[in-house]
Amino acid sequence: MNLPEDLSYTATHEWMRRGDDGVTVGITDHAQSELTDVVFVDLPETGTHVDAGDEICSLESVKTVAYIYAPVAGAISAVNERLREEPELLNQDPYGEGWIVRITPDAPEKTVDLLDAAGYRKSIESEAEG
Amino acid sequence: MSGETVFEKSRPGRQTRYISPRAELPASYREVPEDLLRAAPPSLPELTEAEVVRHYTNLARMNWGVDVGFYPLGSCTMKYNPRLAEQIASWPEFSAAHPLRPARAAQGWLRALYETERMLSELCGMARFTLQPSAGAQGELCGMLMVRKYHRDRGDSRNIVIVPDSAHGTNPATCSLAGFQVKVCPSGPDGLVDISALKEMLDDQVAGIMLTNPNTLGLFEREIQTICDLVHEAGGLAYYDGANFNALVGRFRPGDMGFDVVHLNLHKTFGTPHGGGGPGSGPVGVVEKLEPFLPTPLVRKGAEGFEYDYDRPHSIGRLHAFGGNALVVLRAYVYLRLLGSEGLREVSGSAVLAANYLKHRLEKAYQPSHAGRCMHEFVLSAAPQKKKRGVRALDIGKRLIDLGFHPPTVYFPLTVPEALMIEPTETENLETLDAFVEAMLQIAREAEENPDLLHEAPRHTPVGRLDEVRAAKELDIRRRPNKEDE
Repeated sequence: MNLPEDLSYTATHEWMRRGDDGVTVGITDHAQSELTDVVFVDLPETGTHVDAGDEICSLESVKTVAYIYAPVAGAISAVNERLREEPELLNQDPYGEGWIVRITPDAPEKTVDLLDAAGYRKSIESEAEG
Repeated sequence: MSGETVFEKSRPGRQTRYISPRAELPASYREVPEDLLRAAPPSLPELTEAEVVRHYTNLARMNWGVDVGFYPLGSCTMKYNPRLAEQIASWPEFSAAHPLRPARAAQGWLRALYETERMLSELCGMARFTLQPSAGAQGELCGMLMVRKYHRDRGDSRNIVIVPDSAHGTNPATCSLAGFQVKVCPSGPDGLVDISALKEMLDDQVAGIMLTNPNTLGLFEREIQTICDLVHEAGGLAYYDGANFNALVGRFRPGDMGFDVVHLNLHKTFGTPHGGGGPGSGPVGVVEKLEPFLPTPLVRKGAEGFEYDYDRPHSIGRLHAFGGNALVVLRAYVYLRLLGSEGLREVSGSAVLAANYLKHRLEKAYQPSHAGRCMHEFVLSAAPQKKKRGVRALDIGKRLIDLGFHPPTVYFPLTVPEALMIEPTETENLETLDAFVEAMLQIAREAEENPDLLHEAPRHTPVGRLDEVRAAKELDIRRRPNKEDE
């Protein structure tokens, strides 16, 4: 399972990466593998403000519909327009070309409980046994 | 068999006498203005009658239904449709009656509708029912619009509806469509509504709760009266999604549990055919305080017989022309009269017994979502098979097709990983249930010994595993038989 060490994770299977242009959010390799082939992404509008833990958008795979939750409070500054035509990017490259939204965090920053790679690994292992 | 469509089988000049595109137009059609007439005849396929009959008969033989074999599609309640109901619904006295016929000339029809309403009200512990909604989904919308109007007419703007995380997807969708905001209430480890979480969510903004009982895991919400009481204390209403009423019919009444609104899917409890696109029927019952909001018209008993009651100033309005999908309602009427209250008790009893038998026999080979007894359906998880051998719920379902059974519902409810949801209904005999158990146990062994067999299933069907990604992404299924039609 691919879990880059430089990312933060949530128990709801999002990852986030801090950068100069804000916080980039996507779903984990584990999440895309559980979802199986993603066929539709209902992207939010840029400018929308979300609280930490709010639903950002939904994904549809051949198996189910899943919701993406904001790991951090802030304004959505960009969405990955390519996902409209190529939702398969979420399966092929979840940490790269398959990013979903970018958020400009509020100050002071408010996040959900974040996990590091080891913490997230533990969380999905206990979920599998549950 | 060949996968050719009727368009591909068509040959110029072949025809069936009475459906020929070259037939003379009736005189009345000649009055259509010249500029509205098409220049060339439509490019209908040209085949002989025998070719058409074979084409559709062969397609029908590839289909699966309750008339072909066991169909344990959990949550969908694939009930047998008694032939007597079909026969009576085909009588011209019912099927050929014009809906605009005056009430005095339609007393038989109105009596059937009136008595169906009375029987459904009695079974659910409700004051009255509307038979108008075209299907369960429209029934839900009807119910929630009444909830909305109830609050608005009291000058109350509460706008939140609580839905448990195990609910059917239609419940949150209905809330959104009816203008409510949805809040999801988590289940406890026992699979039932978490009462303390519910208490925290209840306030003066909560318009109501939508609940299925037994819930989607096939578990009876034991604290249902407490749940309804709590919602009522907060000023909200309790909505009963009747999708699982087949587990309770004739034994428990939603009204006695504390519910204010009920929708029923007639095909899921009263033996009418599954819609598959229509027509369906989703009657909605209400307690007395919501009665003024029911759609108009209702059928009532007047001094001169049965009549339509249009004088309903607080009604949410009309949802369907005339009496709804009346021929579906009529089938349910026959079913109710055929079985009676004792027969209906046996329906729910046998449905629950069959599910418990299957659960008991399968829960060593597959991991049950919850230990102990279930109601009319239960959920197994293929998570252990997936972890050990990479065999998913989907693979198990596909392999069942090879062994002559319709697969259970997979990947629902969302709260159980690799879910297989099994609902046998009340009409299967012990031999069929045992044969299904043997097939499931065989698949569990195959998952250990030869997982590739499952990954490649189905092998014995006209087409193998379908490309679900392409089916979901390329929704354009319109055929363009000729270039000029593009």
